[in-house]
Amino acid sequence: MLLSTTDLMSVVDWSRAQFAMTAIYHWLFVPLTLGLGFICAIMETIYYRSGNPFWKRTVKFWMRIFGINFAIGVATGIILEFEFGTNWSNYSHFVGDIFGAPLAIEGIMAFFMESTFIAVMFFGWNKVSKGFHLASTWLTAIGANLSALWILVANAWMQYPVGMTFNPETARNEMTSFWEVLFSPVAMNKFFHTVTSGYVLAAVVVIGISAWFLLKKREEVMARKSMVVAALFGGVSMLLLLWTGDGSAKIIAKVQPMKLASMEALYDGKSGAGLSVIGLLKNESQRSQEDEPFHFNLEVPKMLSWLSFGDGNAYVAGINDLIDGNPEQGILSTEEKMRRGRIAIEALADYRDARQSGDSTRIASTLQKFDPKTQEGKAFLNDYFKYFGYGYLTSPQDTVPNVPLIFYAFRVMVGLGCYFLLLFIVVLYLAKKERLGQYPWMNHLMLWSIPLVYLCSVSGWIVAEFGRQPWTIQDLLPTVAAVSRVDSTSVMVTFFIFVALFTTLLIAELMIMTRQIKIGPHDEQ
Amino acid sequence: MGTDHLLYRIYRFYRDGFRNMTVGRTLWALILLKLFILFAILKVFFFPDFLGRFDNETQRGEYVRDQLIERNAP
Repeated sequence: MLLSTTDLMSVVDWSRAQFAMTAIYHWLFVPLTLGLGFICAIMETIYYRSGNPFWKRTVKFWMRIFGINFAIGVATGIILEFEFGTNWSNYSHFVGDIFGAPLAIEGIMAFFMESTFIAVMFFGWNKVSKGFHLASTWLTAIGANLSALWILVANAWMQYPVGMTFNPETARNEMTSFWEVLFSPVAMNKFFHTVTSGYVLAAVVVIGISAWFLLKKREEVMARKSMVVAALFGGVSMLLLLWTGDGSAKIIAKVQPMKLASMEALYDGKSGAGLSVIGLLKNESQRSQEDEPFHFNLEVPKMLSWLSFGDGNAYVAGINDLIDGNPEQGILSTEEKMRRGRIAIEALADYRDARQSGDSTRIASTLQKFDPKTQEGKAFLNDYFKYFGYGYLTSPQDTVPNVPLIFYAFRVMVGLGCYFLLLFIVVLYLAKKERLGQYPWMNHLMLWSIPLVYLCSVSGWIVAEFGRQPWTIQDLLPTVAAVSRVDSTSVMVTFFIFVALFTTLLIAELMIMTRQIKIGPHDEQ
Repeated sequence: MGTDHLLYRIYRFYRDGFRNMTVGRTLWALILLKLFILFAILKVFFFPDFLGRFDNETQRGEYVRDQLIERNAP
């Protein structure tokens, strides 16, 4: 029996909530692995070059923290794949061919590279040569980051689907160019922006834990030296993060203008648009279209235009431009996109009917529309199929994501990012002046920066993922068409099971980790 | 297989490594428990492959195509 529209929306909401919760919890474990692996490798390189046993003792301590986080976090991402198969089966089928290659490479790479070299990293001290051990530590860190590459390539494809063609016969997108998928500007930018955010997170965690040792007046040399390594690593990573963040804004302006407009709560597009530094939004339900969206807004003139297009006078499309259309700027209205999307869906229905009637001439003519090698196909794919997903929307307003959530999450991410850059500079300055650890209030601040850096990291994902709603695949498949016809109660039940499971894992991680931090580094026997 | 054989040395490397673990034992217990919950309980009872009820790819494709057509907004 088919579910009613209300039931379907309930499945969409619960499936989205479940996926968001699982992804956020999974992401709590991942970035520390990405960054701490490299911090350990840097520290071990210092040990390898200096031969100083202090660094061996130090790196073994941080490796223990890395190992705990790795062990607790491992396989939490598999749940996302379970959810694809059960709750998002239309989506899984629709994209299957594209995701297959990157995820298979990720699985093989994660298994062989990480499981081989992580064993040498933990079991190999005094059993393999110093050089081989060091190489294994670097390869573990590189392996973890390469694993992330393939997952992020898959995610980037959803934001900017390229390198594929839709096959109406199988109802799937088929990859036409692996390299176009891998090297799409969104994929490359997303990879570097995401992994460098992991490096910053790991650097802040190392500084925070070291600050705890300074507060307790234990392992003070290890703490200070760890802070310096982390601040250098974090500072360089932060500069790369700023650079990739700038690249991200430019790409989003081109491929996801609604996300950019939501990040800035820019309702009416303008030339020379300013960047909002901080603002307080009016309640959307109590605001008429003519009202200003802000109670107050502090903005840098022309900065948004410049950051988005490298030109301070460039036109940045607002939410209303994207909804109503703006012929002067070459922006189609959402109504028009919805009309074209429905025509694309009708073409798919024509193909199905032709198959069912066994009319080979009609089958061939409907197939032509989806063939990128023919002129007719090229035109249809570019003018109609490009907007396929819009055909499922009931109102143009469906394309507007949760503006206040995205606006504030973006400011939390950027604001905290600036704070961490300042933190790294202050740590390095105090280290140079040999005053690191002398101010207890600063050590407390560093310690409490640990939850802040996780908040910053999750805020970035909230901007990226909530910002692209309602799309599971940009412009091609909204959530309402991607979800399975399953019972929403079962999704709700598993949602709460996952809340319990992940919370238990998080508590276990925190307990084991804090116990090991309190024990501190072990002396060689 | 002699004790100096490469495979034996690799086996001994892992065996000794696991034997000498301290905090690692707790972590391995946690990993195994987690994998059991994921694969033996959640996957089996709560996360069936929704399209797995079809016999082949053609049927799966037909079903999804129908879904994509039926959900078209009026």
